[in-house]
Amino acid sequence: MALLEVKGLKVRVEEREILHGLTLTVNEGEIHAIMGPNGSGKSTLSHVIAGKPGYEVTDGEILFRGEDLLDMSPDMRAAKGVFLAFQYPVEIPGVSTMNFLRTALNAQRKARGESEYSTPDFLKKVREVSKSLNIPQDMLKRGVNVGFSGGEKKRNEVLQMALFEPSLCILDEMDSGLDIDALRIAADGVNALHSPKRAMVVITHYQRLLNYIVPDVVHVMSKGRVVKSGGKELALELEASGYTQFEDAA
Amino acid sequence: MPAVQETVERVKRIDVDQYRYGFETLIESDKAPKGLSEETVKFISEKKNEPAWMLQWRLEAYRRWLTMTEPTWARVDYPKIDFQDLYYYSAPKPKKTITSLDEIDPEILKTYEKLGIPLREVAMLEGVEPKPGDQDPARRKIAVDAVFDSVSVATTFKAELKKAGVIFMPISEAIREHPELVQKYLGSVVPTSDNFYATLNSAVFSDGSFVYVPPGVRCPMELSTYFRINERNTGQFERTLIIADKGSYVSYLEGCTAPQRDENQLHAAVVELVAHDDAEIKYSTVQNWYPGNSEGKGGIYNFVTKRGDCRGNNSKISWTQVETGSAITWKYPSCILRGDNSRGEFYSIAISNGFQQVDSGTKMIHLGKNTSSRIISKGIAAGKSQNTYRGLVTAHRKATGARNFTACDSLLIGDKCGAHTVPYIEAKNSSATFEHEATTSKISEDVLFYCVQRGLSQEEAVGLVVNGFVKDVLQQLPMEFAVEAQKLISISLEGSVG
Repeated sequence: MALLEVKGLKVRVEEREILHGLTLTVNEGEIHAIMGPNGSGKSTLSHVIAGKPGYEVTDGEILFRGEDLLDMSPDMRAAKGVFLAFQYPVEIPGVSTMNFLRTALNAQRKARGESEYSTPDFLKKVREVSKSLNIPQDMLKRGVNVGFSGGEKKRNEVLQMALFEPSLCILDEMDSGLDIDALRIAADGVNALHSPKRAMVVITHYQRLLNYIVPDVVHVMSKGRVVKSGGKELALELEASGYTQFEDAA
Repeated sequence: MPAVQETVERVKRIDVDQYRYGFETLIESDKAPKGLSEETVKFISEKKNEPAWMLQWRLEAYRRWLTMTEPTWARVDYPKIDFQDLYYYSAPKPKKTITSLDEIDPEILKTYEKLGIPLREVAMLEGVEPKPGDQDPARRKIAVDAVFDSVSVATTFKAELKKAGVIFMPISEAIREHPELVQKYLGSVVPTSDNFYATLNSAVFSDGSFVYVPPGVRCPMELSTYFRINERNTGQFERTLIIADKGSYVSYLEGCTAPQRDENQLHAAVVELVAHDDAEIKYSTVQNWYPGNSEGKGGIYNFVTKRGDCRGNNSKISWTQVETGSAITWKYPSCILRGDNSRGEFYSIAISNGFQQVDSGTKMIHLGKNTSSRIISKGIAAGKSQNTYRGLVTAHRKATGARNFTACDSLLIGDKCGAHTVPYIEAKNSSATFEHEATTSKISEDVLFYCVQRGLSQEEAVGLVVNGFVKDVLQQLPMEFAVEAQKLISISLEGSVG
């Protein structure tokens, strides 16, 4: 069974259709890249999979391990293993990163009927994980993303990914706002988390990120549809010739 | 921090969809005739067996009140109150004179049990002493004065406090037993002519707490008063007077609840604090009067005058309030910084939901030299509520070196509520340093979605964000109450997001 199956998905935002029947299949362990120009519907797709309010699904379905994802609340989707790394992670003043991580992790575990982590067990786990990603401990004491640099915010996303152990990670424009060093660090983190059980969907505008995270499959989106899929060489082709060749196809 | 987690868990366990304290206790009560006149004032004074000077004091206040008009400058809107349509005194009818908790009407004891108020000192009265070395701070002793409608029904740990020299008793008793202290201090911070509601209170106040901490004594436990309005159409006019003599320290907490009723009820309290040289008073409030229903019907009018006088040098008064209840709140706990080097603090969390209206803040009046004050106000508005911070910071001509720092932050949840900040700042000498910061923000959909994507439910997400927003103030509460307050905050905001 596929991990994620998106079939004939049509999505509207305020009466305007953004996705016009999108189909996508992702299997365990695969890395998919979704590329496309601005406004092609890449971010909409990631938001709808994660369950962000404000989108109306008018047709099609999204199955996650065969279960209807659209029927689940966003927090339930998270508990089932869907993780969205945000393009612009938000700041939550007064809530320490450590507190946030623990509250979220235990909420997910509870939703799955697993026992919650005790404080010592949680501390042990978070230290282990942050050490393996070279994330300094003092970052955990600060308010969630408050005063973080662009690179730190993305590393915080990677840390959460490592801690929550989702089976599907969607990385929405993870390269935006990062200089090349920060990008490399974040990408290294993502690569370290890739496993035969975990699939990654990397949404990006530029080919640049794919120098660091090498995809198995590349999809090109245009005007709310996947217009072409292929191997990693497709990304290079796009870099050379641009998106205009696909405008007509859509 | 685990505390937030604990809150989230606790909230889940509680049946929250309505005001938890909205029940009514069916007991017989002894009421004054409806309406207000000199006769009413005399009736109350007589009920309390008051000395003549007290009755005179009340009557003067009453006559003054007749000449006054209600203040209208606050940003609150309500129909005119008919002061003749209220009962000014209501007491549970005692079967006989009460000498111990055991003799209190079991219905009242049950009420406090339901409210979760530690009248568990019952055990103490029965001679069950806590184990020596039991230092668990969560089980620290708290002395409670319970005020039911117009009278105090129980004060616990009185004897133990007496050993330390601390007087903690209903003010009605203090008037009889310590007239010299009451006469010296009553009305010395909030004069009988102060304002419409304070003057009304001076005429008809029925009970409240009295605290005197002698020189050099650190009060051995938290003191607290629980106010409960039960009777219909009854105003509650409590009066609290706390005196910290030279070099003493006391921490006091008040909590308030009322039954759920369709009509509005008036609560017009006066609290006076006096801190002498090197003394410190920490006064915390968790106010959860019935706020009215989801259509804005019913609820308490909370029109309260609270003021502390830092009378001595190096004295300190700190107000911390968590205001979640009441249909209308009109309340400005203030500090008069009279002594040199005295310090005033005001930490406030004011939450409004539904149709609640809050106009609250503080006054810091700098009179002495090198006085300092700090104001941290967190207003949270949800539903269709209006939430106003109104504050005055003023430095007298002779208050050289006065310093103030003010930070007023407002958080909006939804788009039908309002937050307003009205600061008044006056410096009458050039050496004063005043800082004022204010922010207004909204809990954004993006922040909520971020939390929800990480596995938190929508309500857990709101609770987490709000608790983060108010963290600086929660830290000021005595630890036992901080968790309680966090829980209350989450409950108050139930249903505030669609």
